[in-house]
Amino acid sequence: MTAAIRENATRDTATASSVRPVPTGLPRLLSATGRPMDLAAHMQVHGQTPYRGGPQMLIHTIESAGLTGRGGAAFPTHRKLTAVADQRGPRVVVGNGAEGEPASDKDKTLLWSSPHLVLDGLQLAAEAVGARKVHLYVHREPALEAHLDSALHERAIAGLDRIAVNLVSAPPRFLAGEESALASRVEGGAALPRLTPPRIFERGVHGAPTLVQNVETLAQLALISRYGAAWFRGIGTEAEPGSMLTTVRLADGSGGVAETPIGTPIAELLRLAQHPAQAVLVGGYHGAWLCGEQARRLTLSNADLRPLGAAVGAGVLAALPADRCGVVESARVVRYLALESAGQCGPCLNGLPLIADSLAQLANHRSAPSARGDLARWSKLVERRGACHHPDGTVRFLRSALTVFAEEVALHEAGRCSASTYEPFLPIPAGSPEHKNDWS
Amino acid sequence: MHERLRVNPILCSGHGLCAELLPEQIDLDEWGYPLLSDEPVPTALRPLARRAVNDCPVLALMLVAAP
Repeated sequence: MTAAIRENATRDTATASSVRPVPTGLPRLLSATGRPMDLAAHMQVHGQTPYRGGPQMLIHTIESAGLTGRGGAAFPTHRKLTAVADQRGPRVVVGNGAEGEPASDKDKTLLWSSPHLVLDGLQLAAEAVGARKVHLYVHREPALEAHLDSALHERAIAGLDRIAVNLVSAPPRFLAGEESALASRVEGGAALPRLTPPRIFERGVHGAPTLVQNVETLAQLALISRYGAAWFRGIGTEAEPGSMLTTVRLADGSGGVAETPIGTPIAELLRLAQHPAQAVLVGGYHGAWLCGEQARRLTLSNADLRPLGAAVGAGVLAALPADRCGVVESARVVRYLALESAGQCGPCLNGLPLIADSLAQLANHRSAPSARGDLARWSKLVERRGACHHPDGTVRFLRSALTVFAEEVALHEAGRCSASTYEPFLPIPAGSPEHKNDWS
Repeated sequence: MHERLRVNPILCSGHGLCAELLPEQIDLDEWGYPLLSDEPVPTALRPLARRAVNDCPVLALMLVAAP
């Protein structure tokens, strides 16, 4: 481990980073003081942006590090970098901080805490793939955008950025961060998904090969570029190395964003011993419910979760307390997802509202005897029939709810419910899209 | 080369013409949108498949190389 760090440090001869201590422990990404890191603070901890002067070396380091995308899909970052670097013609890089997932706060937290790590990562990714255009796509929030504008201004004065970064604001839509929707929005249009393939790495923003990386992935890339692959692998698991940001919601209603090694026990992250949960939602609203008993034995890793049809996703974990109804909570989420359909594809446009209605009727004890059969049939009819994965993610969430809350579903069919409170637990944003302008 | 059918679900507005021309490969769901066979189009049906592609009122149907 130390050999690789030394090798990496000597490469940064243009900077003083060879005498700067290598950070140990956590947090790696977030500010250790809790205060946002302005450029001076960032330079003190991390030093200059470690440009490599060419693409191949960084891609190799990222491959050795085993970095995977932190936006949800956990796709190997070096493969995405290589795929874009290998394309012909001008290339584009977009940092994705849209974070449309209502239960996730980690990208906003990172952009507030460590904007310069993300912006370093953008420049380094652009260098790695040979891009000449760079965009940062973030959740529309004036204070956050002003914060990033000021970070970009600091960098301009210091002459850090080789390519000017164009800030693009994402509409407050669940699907705003979907790669093809992002490409449309960066072009100046509505953030509506497009038909793929062609994949965004082949034909993205204005038809140019486009690298889209989640902002946390970019920040991790900026750290790996400085401290090396072995340092990155110092925490996490062999198969899933490094740290990740998670948004946790404990059963007592408290929560926040935590940076944790991949492979940390879910019970530890959600403090399940003190705050028991009847079920745990993993991976957000396109994710899956696990029953509390099951979640207690698992770690936050795809190795543990994928065999159960769940995934780490963007690191959302929510513990449902015993006094709530899983059917009612799931019905609220599915209604939200149905309203957030882009409405472009017939099966999603028709099927999701029917699914949401049927589940709401079940939640309200007014379900038709055919409800379970209807839900199963409509799920099959919408699955894999959209231009994007919205119907697939919605169906994944629904099926896990019907499985994990099977006893509660049966109670509801008999006109009863085990909950003692109906105060909403999972966050659902106000306002749903009604007009095309709501997507831009 | 084998070909299979693909639909652009954003363009498709559920006219259903394709299912009339090629019921062997295309069914309609309960909302009128096409459910396509994953199988390659058999040689004998190719002319009809081409016609379904060409006659789609919104040009949402495609023939693509089968894997």
